[in-house]
Amino acid sequence: MSRKKLSRRQFVAATALSSAALITAPYVRGAHAAGKLSIGFWDHWVPGANKASTDLVNEWAAKEKVEVQIDYIPSQGNKNLLTIAAEAQAKSGHDILAMPTWWPHAQAELLEPMNDVVEALIKQNGEVNGTVKYLGKAGDKWLAVPACVGSQIKGPCSRIDLMKQHAGIDVQAMYPAGAAPKAEAWTTDAFLKAAEACHKGGVPFGIGLGETSDSVDTVGAFFLAFGAEVVDAKGNVVVKNDNVRQVLEYYKKLMAFLPPDAPAWDDGSNNRWLVSGKGALIMNPPSAWAVAKRDAPQVAEQCWTHGFPVGPKGRFAPFLPYFWSVWNFSKNKEAAKSVLTHLSQPAAVEKMVAASGGYDLPAFEKLTTLKTWAEEGPPKGTLYHYPNPHKHQLLSISASPAPPKVAQQIYTRATLTKMCVRFYQGEPMEKTLAWAEGELEGFMRS
Amino acid sequence: MVDVAIERNAAAPRTARKRASLRTALKRKSTAAFLMTLPLILLISLLVIYPAFYSLHLATLNKSMQRFVGLGNFQFLFKRETFWLVVEQSCIFAITAVIFKALIGFIVAHFVHNVPAKGQRKWRGMLLVPWVIPPAMSTLAWLWLFDPSYSAFNYLLAGFGVDRIPWTGEAGWARFSVILVNIWFGAPFFMIMYLAALKSVPEQLYEAAAIDGANWWQRIWYVTLPMMRNIIAITTLFSLIVTFANFDIVRILTAGGPLDHTHIFATWAFRIGIEGSDIPLGASVSLFMFPILAIAAIFILRDINKRGNEA
Repeated sequence: MSRKKLSRRQFVAATALSSAALITAPYVRGAHAAGKLSIGFWDHWVPGANKASTDLVNEWAAKEKVEVQIDYIPSQGNKNLLTIAAEAQAKSGHDILAMPTWWPHAQAELLEPMNDVVEALIKQNGEVNGTVKYLGKAGDKWLAVPACVGSQIKGPCSRIDLMKQHAGIDVQAMYPAGAAPKAEAWTTDAFLKAAEACHKGGVPFGIGLGETSDSVDTVGAFFLAFGAEVVDAKGNVVVKNDNVRQVLEYYKKLMAFLPPDAPAWDDGSNNRWLVSGKGALIMNPPSAWAVAKRDAPQVAEQCWTHGFPVGPKGRFAPFLPYFWSVWNFSKNKEAAKSVLTHLSQPAAVEKMVAASGGYDLPAFEKLTTLKTWAEEGPPKGTLYHYPNPHKHQLLSISASPAPPKVAQQIYTRATLTKMCVRFYQGEPMEKTLAWAEGELEGFMRS
Repeated sequence: MVDVAIERNAAAPRTARKRASLRTALKRKSTAAFLMTLPLILLISLLVIYPAFYSLHLATLNKSMQRFVGLGNFQFLFKRETFWLVVEQSCIFAITAVIFKALIGFIVAHFVHNVPAKGQRKWRGMLLVPWVIPPAMSTLAWLWLFDPSYSAFNYLLAGFGVDRIPWTGEAGWARFSVILVNIWFGAPFFMIMYLAALKSVPEQLYEAAAIDGANWWQRIWYVTLPMMRNIIAITTLFSLIVTFANFDIVRILTAGGPLDHTHIFATWAFRIGIEGSDIPLGASVSLFMFPILAIAAIFILRDINKRGNEA
């Protein structure tokens, strides 16, 4: 039996090599040297839009050596809300989770501050609108990063031909493609007259009065246009005021010209109304237009997206931003911040907007004039005014300026829509206001 | 040495006795039954008992879930007009639906029972179809039938010159619609349970009744119903629990509207807890079903006990 002897020199050399390997090992960058990151994105309804996000994240992951797992969570059936609630309870889950409108505030205590990321992005991409600040910021803390994917303005989408024929309004002249709006005459009174004319013409405006988001967003923009606050920014219930009375009277007149089944509408009803060719206007572009382009091209060719009518207190359009948030129990916060910065770069935003056919809206002011909105069609230019490029209207959300946690209750329970329906169905004004006051007082729970 | 030897001898029978008693315990029917149900007990503990106690815990917290408020959430709910509307609707929804499900199930079970044995299987299969389709799917079909703008029912009614009906747009019709779909879904369960009960009624009882000159109604009243009492009580209780806890039908068909007039406990709890981010209040609403169902269960099961003792 032969036995190889280890010399002293060999022993010293082997020890030195082993030690060097052990010491330097952590600094050798392997394929996933910077750890793992799990992301829960909103599952986009536009085919191919998710791929743009995946490609952008993979591009970043390859550069930063991070192993990424992406889940696309649909909002259909509120699966995204259930995921948010479950992860908040379990204090475990995705590192990054897409949250709609009210949820960053609802989970504020569990979110990692994003000031460093958002402040740098604002310097680079321009200021964000007031609604993004209202929903994304608590005091000085940025709760989440405003996301391009899923954010949308729910302004009017009119039928060019039907509005001309029945209301005598040329929406293309009022909101010309590539130029500033000439919509001084587009007031709430003009809107009411147009609604009446289209109703008489057998093509009523398709505005829902149900309890889902689209109905609540529209009524909220009209409330703001009349300066009708139900709860003020300090959290005081102020529903019994003349502006609220005025907007309820206005809505009562408007409701007479809407489809009789509007109180039962959900978020799909207005889209079907437009696509079926039954109505002259709805408040939910560009998803309805995109569906029309696929299913009823002759209808899509006549659709024009434009601004809200101006009321006594201004011109407001519903804006529903999405946010990307990072849980404070996330295991890779630095990587999360890095990928969110990557996704908010102008080139990345441009890719996502193009992939969504112009549906997604970045929150930053320098990114509202991308070529997608100018070029999308038919008709060409139909989406030009969708991102509010001329800051013609104030982007707002229903139930603001109430403190977000109270406003979320007003929004979710559709209090404003219910007030309109109750009053329209014959309930005395003061009784409706008293009912609303009772409801609003119940939303003050902390 | 001797002591040690004695000790060894004493331990042996003890071990043997232990083994024998273990063998006897394992041979006992109750032990076997317990072991066989153990997986289910563990599953129920994990999926039902733990969440139930957790929701009890949640219901005692404030909105931000950072403070213990005891019964504060329930006190708050008792002062809310909408809560009492939901209580009223849940009772109307469950009681009406269960009564009609039981009635239709009873009538249809009689029809099927009287169908000749050769064709009965086909009828049984067909009548069970509504119950075997997941309600989330079948309710979507009903949603299209009741659609506010494109309702197939309204299209048919228009053919007869009848005005369109706001199936989900007006409170009364919306309540009718959700109850109708629940009855459509649940009646086959009653039918199959009652059919099984009918088949177990001895034919001699009917023959004796016929000899005594009992008519059709008297045979049902004095023979069929007393023989089916227990099964009626159990199915009613079971259906009452399931109907009170219903979520999918109302959620899909009306989402609680119009003006909250079709909300029941589960849909309102979801609206408040998940959509409104007030999980403690949502948990309190869902827990409110418990005392109502517990009282119903006590009354119904006590009655069954009585009859069992009488027998």
